[in-house]
Amino acid sequence: MDVLMLSRLQFAVATMFHFLFVPLTLGLSILTAIYETMYVRTSDPDYKRAAKFWGKLFLINFALGVVTGITLEFQFGTNWSRYSKYVGDIFGSLLAIEATLAFYMESTFIGVWLFTWDKVRPGMHAFFIWLVAIASNISALWILIANGWMQHPVGYVMRNGRAELDDFMAVVTNKFAALEFLHTVSGAYILAGFFVMGVSAYHLLRKNETGFFKKSFSVAASFALIFALLEAFTGDASGVEVAHTQPAKLAAMESHWETGSHVPMYLFAIPDPANEKNSVETLPVPDLLSLLAFHDPSAEVKGLKDFSAADRPPVTLIFLSFRIMVGLGTLLVFLAAFGWLKRKDIERYPGYLRLMMYAIALPYLAIETGWVVAEVGRQPWIVYGVMKTADAVSILATSQVAVSLAAFVALYSFLGAIDFYLLAKYARKGPIH
Amino acid sequence: MLETIWFILWGVLWAVYFMLDGFDLGLGSLMPALAKDEKERRIIYNAMGPFWDGNEVWLITAGGATFAAFPVAYAVMFNGLYSALLLLLFALILRGVSFEFRGKIDSPGWRSLWDACLVIGSFLPALLLGVAFANIFQGLPIDNEGVYHGTFFGLLNLYGIAGGVLFVVMFMLHGALWLAVKTEGVLQGRASRFASRLWAALLVTAVLFLVLSFLATRLFDNYLKMPLLWIIPAAAVAALILTRAFMLRGAYGKAWMSSAATILFITFFSVAGLYPDLLPSSLDPGYSVTAFNAASSQLTLKIMLGVALVMVPIVIAYQTWVYVFLRGKVTEKDLAYEEAY
Repeated sequence: MDVLMLSRLQFAVATMFHFLFVPLTLGLSILTAIYETMYVRTSDPDYKRAAKFWGKLFLINFALGVVTGITLEFQFGTNWSRYSKYVGDIFGSLLAIEATLAFYMESTFIGVWLFTWDKVRPGMHAFFIWLVAIASNISALWILIANGWMQHPVGYVMRNGRAELDDFMAVVTNKFAALEFLHTVSGAYILAGFFVMGVSAYHLLRKNETGFFKKSFSVAASFALIFALLEAFTGDASGVEVAHTQPAKLAAMESHWETGSHVPMYLFAIPDPANEKNSVETLPVPDLLSLLAFHDPSAEVKGLKDFSAADRPPVTLIFLSFRIMVGLGTLLVFLAAFGWLKRKDIERYPGYLRLMMYAIALPYLAIETGWVVAEVGRQPWIVYGVMKTADAVSILATSQVAVSLAAFVALYSFLGAIDFYLLAKYARKGPIH
Repeated sequence: MLETIWFILWGVLWAVYFMLDGFDLGLGSLMPALAKDEKERRIIYNAMGPFWDGNEVWLITAGGATFAAFPVAYAVMFNGLYSALLLLLFALILRGVSFEFRGKIDSPGWRSLWDACLVIGSFLPALLLGVAFANIFQGLPIDNEGVYHGTFFGLLNLYGIAGGVLFVVMFMLHGALWLAVKTEGVLQGRASRFASRLWAALLVTAVLFLVLSFLATRLFDNYLKMPLLWIIPAAAVAALILTRAFMLRGAYGKAWMSSAATILFITFFSVAGLYPDLLPSSLDPGYSVTAFNAASSQLTLKIMLGVALVMVPIVIAYQTWVYVFLRGKVTEKDLAYEEAY
């Protein structure tokens, strides 16, 4: 393998691992803040215990999210230095804004929140966790504005042999980025909702602290359902945006080869990229792809054959990832809806509760596959239409990157296993009396 | 003009990072020497607990500001110093998780594992940052394309190692003083005795480093051109002397602040000597990456300056508030607190 492929793998490892922790941080910070606010409002001690219990799990998860986040910033310089030089004028500033606007606030007030349960009034203490929750979500906003710019670059001019900022507001108000943000945070909230529902299900099945966990479950079910429904809308809007801005990605998502209008969607297909066709495609729904991509049943949808083989992303991986994401997203709506409808006596549905324990894994899988669609689907571009990934990589020896990749895999596996173990241990232990 | 302002800001961000994270990196490195039992180790963890994460963000920001204002410098530095920076990163990762993981399983072996991670994860970054910056001061082997022609072990030259030792000693003194501020009784006494020895060590290392800087770097060129700049090293010396004076009076809070000022002025001293270079080239001064040939567009520099002028004071304000609000000593009562480390 060469430096390019190793660097791509290393980035994939670092990002996908980082994103095992980020969504729960984004969502569980808000849920913890909601529980603590309910405590302030109602003085019900169960909600204080809820804030402490879910807050503890939040922190175990948060630690790895923070330390693995630094890796990403570093890697743009270490492994993608030509990218950094070429687009740093825009991309670097977005990362720096993220740090000053959000990361300080998050990292400073998490410590304050943790150490001041008995030092400040309850309202003030709840305010601290809200600061953490808001800051982590602002952080996501700026990171996704940066990623949105890589997906659909706007507001720049080519000057002095690089991309230079021309219109800051255009970069900040990039519609692609806005949709990405909404889709990503909604996904994160769903994940956090399922995490809380799943852990609560474990205890409800064991009749442990039923009152406590019903309260947690009920809030989480409403939270997850709202965002699972919203996710469908932002997903649909994102699809339309991709159809307009990244036609090759859209074609890969559907393994759609021939340009045409009134394009159907095949409910079952097996891509055969070597022969530029699908080896199997059945169960067509007439006009559906045209309708989904452009909200017009007669719209023309570009096929992969319109792009030279070198300009196509890897079809099978994207096609499969997209199907998994959409399938899981749909399933999550039904699971959340059932939980919400039966939230008043959810302990009477042990089959559902058992299912929900295992369903914690599903939003993780949906989110990771979603990112595969977004990032692998952008290939061969690192900045769509502006810079190829192959032109972005650093000047390094293969051995350097091979060693660092091996070190990342070893360190991350070790830490990931420990974090998973600790999350499971403290989730099983339940709240303190 | 904007380039110069950003050069100064760049120096300030690194200086504040060294000043803040310096004490927790130093205290982490010193832990095996300072703490004799589990209770004392926990006091040390809790003395840094609420602060280390907010401190480390200054590193992210210093890196981010380099990326935003001087993308070429960011690219050349991070690509060139690949192995050293990834080692730094791994160390910081291990340190970061040790706070969260250590107390989560009640077993001495488990705790020793994370204590070791804290110590290595604190010592290695202090050393590597010193080695990296000393090598930057004396010039990196970079060509006219910004391609780095050195090796990782090439960084471990005499001046590089002197820089590493300087950072380690400077941070350890800063950390020992912090512990003296945050504790009382036996532990405070021990921290204070260590601080006295470290102060003497810092004096020797700093003088040595200055002499070596004179021999190995071009840092003094700016001082010969602009004698007014000598105020900066003079301030560093004054702060160092004040540190000792306050220590002798048992005024550890003021001693810590003087030590913070020492770190700030030592950083400013080198940054002022470096200007306008960000990464001087040891192959040919003409290949150096400077604030001018590495800078972002005027528009980006302007917008980022606006962001920095608004946000950095706000950050400093709330971080100062946190330090003041959580200023008390860490006692056994604090260890009984259910969320304590």
